[in-house]
Amino acid sequence: MADLSVNIGGLQMQNPVMTASGTFGYGEEYADFMDISKIGGIIVKGTTLNHREGNPYPRMAETPSGMLNCVGLQNKGVDYFIEHIYPRIRGIKTNMIVNVSGACVDDYVATAEKINALEDIPAIELNISCPNVKQGGMAFGTTCAGAESVVSAVRKAYKKVLIVKLSPNVTNIAEIAKSVEAAGADSVSLINTLMGMAIDAERMTPVLSTITGGLSGPCVKPVALRMVWQVSKAVKIPVVGLGGIMNATDAIEFFLAGASAIEVGTANFIDPAVTMKIISGINDYLDRKGFKSVKEIVGALMV
Amino acid sequence: MKKHIVDLKIVANDKLGDKHILMKLTSDVPLPEMRPGQFVEVRVDHSASTFLRRPISINYVDKEKNELWLLIQVVGEGTRQLATMEVGDKLNLVLPLGNGFSDPQPQQKTLLLIGGGVGVAPLLQLGNYLKQKGFQPMFLLGARTHKDLLLMHEFEKVGRVLVTTEDGTAGEKGFVTNHSILTTEKIDKIYSCGPTPMMKAVASFASKSGIDCEVSLENKMACGLGACLCCVTETKEGHKCVCSDGPVFNIKDLTWQI
Repeated sequence: MADLSVNIGGLQMQNPVMTASGTFGYGEEYADFMDISKIGGIIVKGTTLNHREGNPYPRMAETPSGMLNCVGLQNKGVDYFIEHIYPRIRGIKTNMIVNVSGACVDDYVATAEKINALEDIPAIELNISCPNVKQGGMAFGTTCAGAESVVSAVRKAYKKVLIVKLSPNVTNIAEIAKSVEAAGADSVSLINTLMGMAIDAERMTPVLSTITGGLSGPCVKPVALRMVWQVSKAVKIPVVGLGGIMNATDAIEFFLAGASAIEVGTANFIDPAVTMKIISGINDYLDRKGFKSVKEIVGALMV
Repeated sequence: MKKHIVDLKIVANDKLGDKHILMKLTSDVPLPEMRPGQFVEVRVDHSASTFLRRPISINYVDKEKNELWLLIQVVGEGTRQLATMEVGDKLNLVLPLGNGFSDPQPQQKTLLLIGGGVGVAPLLQLGNYLKQKGFQPMFLLGARTHKDLLLMHEFEKVGRVLVTTEDGTAGEKGFVTNHSILTTEKIDKIYSCGPTPMMKAVASFASKSGIDCEVSLENKMACGLGACLCCVTETKEGHKCVCSDGPVFNIKDLTWQI
């Protein structure tokens, strides 16, 4: 049994496997299938200052080896989260992490401040990369100045572990990562979804209500690996890798590329218990290769 | 109701006409409890273009034989692949999902189950369930033509079956909402599943007649668990997931313009 524990910018985790925001609800939705406290971290649905209804249906299109979504951060707002959801999930014995999004810097800060007061939430993932909202979201994550402004403002208000989720819809993700690091982030996670679209040729219409949406699933994995590789070379803070991870081998590829932990997203839809298989598969790989700790393979790619 | 991930064995996979299959599945252990109107998410293996699971409604659960029946319309690559599976093959399912139809109130005696096309699927399980509860469910099934009527002999085992076809080749000619039963009998509750235009017409009739009415919706889904929020429908309380808050909704909770 190898040592799977990792530390992400001060966040101690029993293993390096987390669930990606928006793919795992609040964890409870998956509790019938496994002991969800065995997951290293559960990143809950994107939370905003105010209630959001999200985008109209249709919000999803299946694509070759993946899917597009345009949910648009549907959630009941941070106050509802604190009052109704937090009491239910705070007892889950793993890292419960809140993904925070906003339309402007003040919204991000106000939401992060409120979450900061919650004893059993050890970290937030700041979403500056949602492609499905009109204001804010990805707008902050596509320029160095935008990313720096929101991260430094949240950094002043938020005292615990701050992970910043980066957009792949940029020319140079390493530069954005450096700005985020300079602004005080403890870690960066990448990639959020890639902007894409789907068309119904018969109807001659877009499939999604918002025309464009975010692409996820195994089809984005090569892009995600490349970006994790570039970012891990550019920053000193730990990198959390995600994008199309379907099994333990995919996860190991991300460690080798430089990720210190990973998130599983779309794969939860195909196999609700996939995280357990990925955790044990990582252990099997480490044992077979004679590594004592998962930390030994982070960035261990031989080039 | 606890959800499970199970591998079931195919004991029959029969073609019904050229567009549908009836797949019967079993397990070495007793199948979990499932409510009528709930559904399963089927993993489609060996298909190059199918990525997500396919939501399929529960057609019937034969407790004596420990069988789960799925009535499937072959519409795309995923269902085409399911149609090629053979007896003895294993199928991976997540089940049971969704809320299911609600029990009638004791004073609701005349229950009409209105189905169209492959939407008749969950009504077989519902009819059987209601019959076991001491009700006398009545079916009103619509199709384009008599050849498209599915599992008629199974419905006839459960209760009275009324039919409409658009071309008049079976039952009354027209749509389900034109059937004479709707004007000749006092109906206490309607359960409906079928194409959306049909369900909206049924809901409109029920609403105008003051009849309690539940409909089973079908939206494109990813997770099936209420986690991804992709399959939402508009309700009076905002967006709700068809997979976890539904698929069955009372029409009074929906925002349909009827």
